[in-house]
Amino acid sequence: MALDKAAVAHIAALARIRLKDEELEPLAAELSHILTWVEQLAEVDTADVAPMTSVAATTLPMREDEVTDGNRRDEILANAPQAARGFFAVPKVVE
Amino acid sequence: MTELTDFTLAEAREGLAARQFSARELAEAYVAAMEAARPLNAYITETPDIALDMAAASDQRLAQGETRPLDGIPIAVKDLFCTKGVLTTAASHILDGFHPPYESTVTEKLWQAGAVMLGKTNLDEFAMGSSTTTSYYRPAENPWRRPGDNRPLVPGGSSGGSAAVVAAHAALGATGTDTGGSIRQPASFCGIVGLKPTYGRCSRWGVVAYASSLDHPGPIARNVRDAAILLGAMAGHDPRDSTSAPIAVPDFKAAMTGDIRGLKIGIPREYRAEGMPSEIEALWQQGAAWLREAGAEPVEVSLPMTKYALATYYIIAPAEASSNLARYDGVKYGLRVAGDTLDDMYEMTRAEGFGTEVKRRVLIGTYVLSAGYYDAYYLKAQKVRALIAQDFAAAFEKVDCLLTPTAPSAAFAIGEKQDDPIAMYLNDVFTVPVNLAGLPAISVPAGLSADGLPLGLQIIGRAFDEEMVLRVGDVLETAAQFTHRPSFIAGGG
Repeated sequence: MALDKAAVAHIAALARIRLKDEELEPLAAELSHILTWVEQLAEVDTADVAPMTSVAATTLPMREDEVTDGNRRDEILANAPQAARGFFAVPKVVE
Repeated sequence: MTELTDFTLAEAREGLAARQFSARELAEAYVAAMEAARPLNAYITETPDIALDMAAASDQRLAQGETRPLDGIPIAVKDLFCTKGVLTTAASHILDGFHPPYESTVTEKLWQAGAVMLGKTNLDEFAMGSSTTTSYYRPAENPWRRPGDNRPLVPGGSSGGSAAVVAAHAALGATGTDTGGSIRQPASFCGIVGLKPTYGRCSRWGVVAYASSLDHPGPIARNVRDAAILLGAMAGHDPRDSTSAPIAVPDFKAAMTGDIRGLKIGIPREYRAEGMPSEIEALWQQGAAWLREAGAEPVEVSLPMTKYALATYYIIAPAEASSNLARYDGVKYGLRVAGDTLDDMYEMTRAEGFGTEVKRRVLIGTYVLSAGYYDAYYLKAQKVRALIAQDFAAAFEKVDCLLTPTAPSAAFAIGEKQDDPIAMYLNDVFTVPVNLAGLPAISVPAGLSADGLPLGLQIIGRAFDEEMVLRVGDVLETAAQFTHRPSFIAGGG
């Protein structure tokens, strides 16, 4: 798969990574190179194969539905780049 | 007199128990070695005060006869494990200033066992790499150099800092994580032992996630016995990791009986890759000969899907990474770059906070998971992954373990293999399939390359049969008698 500049810009927007215009062209070439390489998997016959999501047991363990942790607001907010009145603070999202 | 930092972990335990030296003396020797090793740039954060405090507590227990399994043993921690109140960076700019309010399960178990924390070691950013050159904190160096050549070499990666400090005697052992080879390949490059346990054996809780279905915490040590002792302390069921296996932890060092008579050792013919350097091929044959002399029987086996493992990995790992790394958004911790809107802030924070290789993998991962491409890439890779795991299962019906080279080369110079990402990815050709199948594997130093650098051999076992891997690895180590030392040893010696 050859990606063009527009496709890279779209993926970068999905991934929330700001790219400069001059980064798009070289990234398009690099990512296309990697994608072309991984496309060798197309030659493997996987018609009757179930996808493997994990090597671990697929049933999740159950436990009692009770609170095991919490009340750590200040500890957690201590790492926030910006916090106010016990909340994470971000740029305004609602006008 | 032998330097304190020359003792192996097993020897240091005996010395501490016999009160030949105190935990404080041992910690002080390692703190000095850690400072002497600064030119390697292998530690991101040194924690000498914590080390001396923990050593004092160990001395107290030793005096009262309440000794724990790792009391007084100085350990380095890959800076991917969260350590309570101690800067944890994943070698990324985006985690600037992050001090976790909790401790990872694996490190918690080590401290509970009495181990002493020396500091946090350098790695490829978010463990994405095979050279420890993608670190925001600059590359770490290998303590080995080619004789007559002063160029600094990579320690391998991503656990390159951990491998470098263990090899340079600036830690007695270390934690690593292995997603595609990141414990075993640096161990091979630095002439030491690295053990990737079975998926589920060591908890991932509190380890900064790269690719959750492939990430394996494990030990890095100077020899096989030390790796077994460390694994015993790190392993065990953890309800906080839903993929942690509820399986009892055996006495791993008891598995090293020295007796491998009658075992069948698989030699996978597909690992004889095109263009494999002849010295690697020769070492591999030597390894098989050593095991035969010890009474085992090498048997050729086939793992036909081997050639597709790297491509499978470079779909699944970036896909999982793109999802795991979505949490770095400038809101909860780490770096924030101001923006006019929330989206601006996200995008600019991630643009500045992530390095080139991390961006590359997040973008690839985002693409293979995106609408219209999911089936062709991600689902396809999961199916091929199933076939790769089946290959191993079929082989293990005929043999007890597998013997392969660890890596297709010895350590390379810092700056080499930077131009083509795929050339760098090929470092992991012999290790990646094992992660896809979740099996235990060890790298043992077995010889030197023509230019005087260490080369490792890998033993792969059945799921949860670390004991077999250790048993055969121990015999291999004894036969190889790898006594070469790197050009730089921090602790004098």
